[in-house]
Amino acid sequence: MLKELGAPEGSLPLSKKIWDMNWGFVLLICATASIGFVMLYSAADGNIDPWASRQMIRFAAGLVIMFVVALVDIRIWLRLAYPLYAISLLMLGAVEVMGVVGMGAKRWVEIGPIQIQPSEIMKITLVLAIARYFHGLPIEYVRRVRWLIIPIILVALPSALVLRQPDLGTTLLLVAGAGIVFFAAGVSLWKFGLIIGSAIPAAFFAYQFLHEYQQKRILIFLNPESDPLGSGYHIMQSKIALGSGGVFGKGWVQGTQSHLNYLPEMRTDFIFSMLAEEFGMVGGLVLFSLYILLMAYGYAIAYRSRNHFGRLLAIGMTGVFFLYVFINIAMVMGLVPVVGVPLPLISYGGTSMLTLLVGFGLIMSVYLHRDLELHSKTY
Amino acid sequence: MSINRDKEKARLFSRRALFMAGGQATLMSVLVGRLYYLQVIQSDEYTMMADDNRMNIRLLAPLRGRILDRFGEEIAINRQNYRVVLIREQTKSVEQTLDRLSELVTVTPSDRARVLKETRRKRGFVPIPVMENLAWDEFARINVHSPELPGIQLDVGETRYYPYGPLFAHTVGYVGAVSEKDLQKLAPDPLLELPGFRIGKNGIEKYYDLFLRGTAGTSRVEANAFGRVIRELNRQEGSPGNELVLTVDAQLQKFATTRMGEESAAATVLDIHTGDILAMVSVPSFDPNSFTTGISTKEWKGLQNNPKHPLSNKAVAGQYPPGSTFKMVVALAALEAGVISGGHEVYCNGGTNLGKRRFHCWKRGGHGKLNLRAAIEQSCDVYFYDIARKVGVDKIAEMANRLGLGHKLDLDLRGERSGLIPTTDWKRAVRGQRWQVGDTFNVGIGQGFVLATPLQLAVMTARLANGGKAVTPRFVKKVAPDGEDIPVETEIPDIGVSKASMRQVLEGMFDVVNSKRGTGRKSRIKQEGWEMAGKSGTAQVRRISKKERKTGVLKSAERPWKERDHALFVAFAPYDAPRYAVAVIVEHGGGGSSVAAPIARDLLLEALRLDPVGNKTRQKFSANTPDDGDQNA
Repeated sequence: MLKELGAPEGSLPLSKKIWDMNWGFVLLICATASIGFVMLYSAADGNIDPWASRQMIRFAAGLVIMFVVALVDIRIWLRLAYPLYAISLLMLGAVEVMGVVGMGAKRWVEIGPIQIQPSEIMKITLVLAIARYFHGLPIEYVRRVRWLIIPIILVALPSALVLRQPDLGTTLLLVAGAGIVFFAAGVSLWKFGLIIGSAIPAAFFAYQFLHEYQQKRILIFLNPESDPLGSGYHIMQSKIALGSGGVFGKGWVQGTQSHLNYLPEMRTDFIFSMLAEEFGMVGGLVLFSLYILLMAYGYAIAYRSRNHFGRLLAIGMTGVFFLYVFINIAMVMGLVPVVGVPLPLISYGGTSMLTLLVGFGLIMSVYLHRDLELHSKTY
Repeated sequence: MSINRDKEKARLFSRRALFMAGGQATLMSVLVGRLYYLQVIQSDEYTMMADDNRMNIRLLAPLRGRILDRFGEEIAINRQNYRVVLIREQTKSVEQTLDRLSELVTVTPSDRARVLKETRRKRGFVPIPVMENLAWDEFARINVHSPELPGIQLDVGETRYYPYGPLFAHTVGYVGAVSEKDLQKLAPDPLLELPGFRIGKNGIEKYYDLFLRGTAGTSRVEANAFGRVIRELNRQEGSPGNELVLTVDAQLQKFATTRMGEESAAATVLDIHTGDILAMVSVPSFDPNSFTTGISTKEWKGLQNNPKHPLSNKAVAGQYPPGSTFKMVVALAALEAGVISGGHEVYCNGGTNLGKRRFHCWKRGGHGKLNLRAAIEQSCDVYFYDIARKVGVDKIAEMANRLGLGHKLDLDLRGERSGLIPTTDWKRAVRGQRWQVGDTFNVGIGQGFVLATPLQLAVMTARLANGGKAVTPRFVKKVAPDGEDIPVETEIPDIGVSKASMRQVLEGMFDVVNSKRGTGRKSRIKQEGWEMAGKSGTAQVRRISKKERKTGVLKSAERPWKERDHALFVAFAPYDAPRYAVAVIVEHGGGGSSVAAPIARDLLLEALRLDPVGNKTRQKFSANTPDDGDQNA
């Protein structure tokens, strides 16, 4: 089956691909995910059930999918980039029409027994589509505004749909992730300046359309003391958890803030606070190191790729990964407002785990097919 | 061409990628810096906040000290209060549990409504009180059925209980919840903020509140964000309150209360050598137990509007004209001033004229010629008009003060009042008028401005009986069970009255009860060696008008209750070797010798029979026997 997927000529035999796979990268992914299992074990007060065990099963399934994605020839991904984007956009539209309402927002569609969160899929397919676009665009056109209209529309459509759900965090991730590909493709810096410059009044304008709870979050971020028992409470308790952890932490399953329920959402968005409370700054820095190594791999793979699609795809995926890490950790440290962004590979949850592993699979596919020269004209 | 272009793309990409890597590295170092700031620089501060979060200090209420009588009989104790509480999260249906509970005991609809309301408001693990003060059999019944009552828990608390009910309500007082005013007035103590904590509100309970209260223990607990206690970290036991041993004899108090019956009356029995209060009665009384658990408005109104003032302790707060019981003071003042001798004689023809006014003797026909002893014996008013005028009001007031009248006796009870002994200065200062001789006449027979409390009259009698020692009354014998007795002052100051003067007055008091013409002869003690001496008094509540004098005065018993005379009697016994003094007042009771004297006699007889001063131990007589008796046994 894999053979058929990797059909185009010039591709390596499957066994060679597997041998050639970047196993150091895989090991790093597994190590990082293991930290997640350790924390979820603690979150259940020292039990493997219910969270750590389920997370392990999901991770195992995700790894298989990652390998499959990695082994698929990069030319097939190039060819599928636009269709996959179109399918994701249709699914996002379906959310708008027939989405399942949960937690005050429509984010899911049900297809038979499975619930799908199209905004998660869009994080991948948007990068694919933008990378595909700039791959095919001659270098001199990149500098022309007229040739940027199409990719901006590609970003704007899903962003608008996700913002309507409403899901501010994912919208920001989509825009920022696409922005990274724009930047790597060589869009001139003054245009970014222009966009950021126009973003500020746009933000004020958009603020009016935000839901009340979203407005409140931003206000509370700007002045946390204004609401010590509401959303500001979450940030405060998270900072207390971090600060009281000290250099070496309170010990595994010993975190008072986490285990006495002062820390909110400790399995998902605030899992880093629990880690830093129980393992201290040492634990935090170990996780940082793993993340930095993972990103370094991503950059190295992008640099080694001899085709522009691969370069943009790898750097786009690495960029999205970085955004997850940065926004989540900065949030629990009280540096940015509370937005629902999970900590990659650590937070409990199937969808984001799957998205990330697919993204890593694409990066590995770029690595496996790094020496293929894909000419813009070819496709 | 396309290869060149691709190289150009790659070069541009590399530049941009390097730029991005730099940007991301910068942002990651911001995170590392923040981590360092939070976990190293501000770590101590956040550690403290985390401890603040999780640790809760709970106060443990100390056991209030018991109050015992002089023989160890329990007057105020802590009784176990059997309670039923409901914990919502332990039952599937609160309604169903309450239904089953009401099959076993009666749950009032208001209790039921309150519990249902509270279960909705409070967190699931918070125990909600359903019923309090259950009887033992109810408690046991619920206990047996507890498997069928999910969410129901039985709980034993401590509440103050007064086994004697109304007997000591005025003296020992009662406890109650801490009010806003108490919080402002009392010395700060975290216990006062504890929900359900009771403090002394009246009497000994209030005066000795700090001794009885004890100190709070603390329990440090770890609690989660919802307030549920996870575990106890450490516990520091408080110390229970001190026990108080009173001077009273519960048995004598019980007898006295029964003896006074339905009257509005007060009495005090003293040990004349030490000033120990052996009984202090004010009737009618009230049940302090209903104050401890919270009294109903209806019951409270009933107590307040009762014309016999059950809430007031008449023995120390009631001020009455002492009437003829004051004559000993006047006699002593005259003798000591040297204006008369015991042999001084006055002829009584039923009254004395002063200007246009006539001052009557109580005996219309007059007593004829009398000396001092006979004048006390027969309580002749004319005799005392005469000697009062001779000695003057200021000397009388000075003697009254020496005998304990006219000022507070600094008793450890609340609400003690000072009475009133007028002087010329007093009248000028307070009334702005000159003192008149007629005022002196009135003072001579204990009327007019003169006021005294039953306690003061008992103290006066004790000081006469003990030969002029200035004993002061006291209510508390010792603090703490193993504590030493609070020492009685061995050097009791002398009031400085000569033995001879004293003897003449005491002989008069002996005759009042024991001689043929004595006003209290009917109430004499016949047991040999226990003879009592005393003095009656009848205090007018309203003036007798001239018209009434002519047409004939209505007898006291024929007037409306409120207008009848107060009956008083002071006495001590045994005459030859005095031990006990008593003062009795019956409000609107009529004549002192007919109403108050028999009560005084019975109290003295009972005191002599029980002899609380002579006996150091006594067989317990009530059901709730304490384990430890008097330490002096």
